[in-house]
Amino acid sequence: MSSASAAWADHPLPQLTLVRFREFWREPEAIFWVFVFPVLLAAGLGLAFRNRPPDVLKIAAVTPELARSLRQEKLLDVEQLSAPAAEAALRTGKVALLAAPAPGGAVVYRYDDTNPEGRTARMLADRAVQRAAGRVDPVASSDRLMREPGSRYIDFLIPGLLGMNLMGSAIWGMGFAIVDARRKKLMKRLIATPMPRHDYLLSFVLARLLLLVVEVGVLLGFGAWVFQVPVRGSMLDLAVLCVLGSLSFSALGLLIASRAQTIEAASGLMNTVMMPMWIVSGVFFSAQRFPAALQPVIRALPLTAVIDALRAHMLQGAGLAQVAPQLGVLLVWLLVCFTLALKLFRWR
Amino acid sequence: MSGAAPQAALCVRNLRKAYKDVVAVDGLDLEVRGGECFGLLGPNGAGKTTTIEICEGLTAADSGDVEVLGMRWNADARELRQRLGIQLQETQLSEKLTVMETVRLFRSFFRRGPEAAEVIALVQLGEKRKSRVGGLSGGQKQRLALACALVGDPEFLFLDEPTTGLDPQARRQLWDLIEQFKLAGRTILMTTHYMDEAERLCDRVAIMDHGKAIAVGTPRELIASIGVEQLVEFSAGGAAQALDVSALRRIAGVREVRAENGNVRMQVSELHQAVPALLDELDRQGVPLTELRTHSASLEDVFVILTGRHLRDE
Repeated sequence: MSSASAAWADHPLPQLTLVRFREFWREPEAIFWVFVFPVLLAAGLGLAFRNRPPDVLKIAAVTPELARSLRQEKLLDVEQLSAPAAEAALRTGKVALLAAPAPGGAVVYRYDDTNPEGRTARMLADRAVQRAAGRVDPVASSDRLMREPGSRYIDFLIPGLLGMNLMGSAIWGMGFAIVDARRKKLMKRLIATPMPRHDYLLSFVLARLLLLVVEVGVLLGFGAWVFQVPVRGSMLDLAVLCVLGSLSFSALGLLIASRAQTIEAASGLMNTVMMPMWIVSGVFFSAQRFPAALQPVIRALPLTAVIDALRAHMLQGAGLAQVAPQLGVLLVWLLVCFTLALKLFRWR
Repeated sequence: MSGAAPQAALCVRNLRKAYKDVVAVDGLDLEVRGGECFGLLGPNGAGKTTTIEICEGLTAADSGDVEVLGMRWNADARELRQRLGIQLQETQLSEKLTVMETVRLFRSFFRRGPEAAEVIALVQLGEKRKSRVGGLSGGQKQRLALACALVGDPEFLFLDEPTTGLDPQARRQLWDLIEQFKLAGRTILMTTHYMDEAERLCDRVAIMDHGKAIAVGTPRELIASIGVEQLVEFSAGGAAQALDVSALRRIAGVREVRAENGNVRMQVSELHQAVPALLDELDRQGVPLTELRTHSASLEDVFVILTGRHLRDE
């Protein structure tokens, strides 16, 4: 509270922006939904859909000789059991296959052929037994595995979550704060002072853009650190994308909040606007799955535009020129919503 | 700013405002002189808040003329906002901000004015300056609202029901503050439906009813205008026979008698003669007295006599 800091801070815009920050930081739920929830969601889905190392299949062998041959195969986890114990393990699904000797040096495999694990185990086990008995493969073969960052589900998911977060925090942040101030007649009190009205609206945008840095940083940082999700495009282009996206959603939020008198009315409107986009805009799965007839509509939605642009940027390293159609969509939403919102806005 | 220059701080002529189905203000004329505290007194729905909000430039009138500090809202809104201090009815300031943060925010809107800390000390919230607004009592919130109205060092203060809903102690504390501002020579326009508040604070009062000013003057003038110094009220419930009201009217010094289901209200000029005579008369009629009150005429009585209704009737 020193007078030196007061010089720049005691103007309406810095003061109003400070208020936005204080109201945000002092609302633990807001922090949770904006910062913690997307990370938890990314962590949960990333774990659930992670690319696991190929499953090692459990099988049972009833003789030590068979067990020894089968253990040559790394993808099998072989347990040597007595015949009745092996039988019980197979029935209860603890092992996918049971290998037992048959008269004349033959081998019998017992498994459920409707279970893919059983069929895989049969192939692997037989290959191991044949090779142990001296079979030589006529064609030499080797494997090259595809598991690089950029093509996994988590790589698809993080840009989707980032887009969803940009939308949610802008629309909620704008909508609730404005409607709440109107409902409490705080807005009416503010316009009874000489406060410049554009500073009031600008403070929301300013606070949003500053929080955006943290919000984007947390989610992308988490993705890069835990899942090595790449950001292949330039940081400057990423910043432009996020800022433009956030501004478009803020304008949409402002439009939603321009007349609503109660929190209930506003949250109903916000959900009506956001829910369809959560579903069709490709947050969790590709928007391409919807019928072709719907595609033009889906591509015209701001969330689709943001997510498509973010995916192209982060995963393919696309520059702004390559995502120009998406930027155009966002710009149109920004201008139309903002113009309408200013026309419709009620201060009381 | 002294009483020597009786230039009008506020001039309202033939003001009208109707909402969908109600006429809120119906041809109102008002003049508030520089440096005075002027009160709009009336029951709920009389048009007080609509009137004060039109004067504050927050509501547009349907017709009529409003001049504040020699300026008009359509031409000089920016300048006027700098020079007015406004407290609205039922504003909820942001609960998550502290007292200091709130006052600093409002201070930032004005070109000049005292330091935030100074205003906070003035409304006696110094100890609470780091407290969240959400944790303040009703009286403290109201004093904070007053601080927000004072940060621009206003020439003209608008207070809309500043003490409604407060307990008696908090009301008195707020009255003391308003009296201090009066002493500093500021002009005040306030609304209230408390007659004691208007009598104590206001130099002049307009009594409003149904969107019109039905009487304007100093509280003393208004009370004198009804020609009544004292009022006597009594209850004669449970009387075996009906009370003979006309006999009461013949008692010396009694001007008017109004009887409503057992409650009787008399306007009296000579209390010391009328009361013994009243007791004698009731005794003669054999009517038992269950309650007897006397009081000096107040603005409440002025309202009752002008409208036949009580101020606090909903």
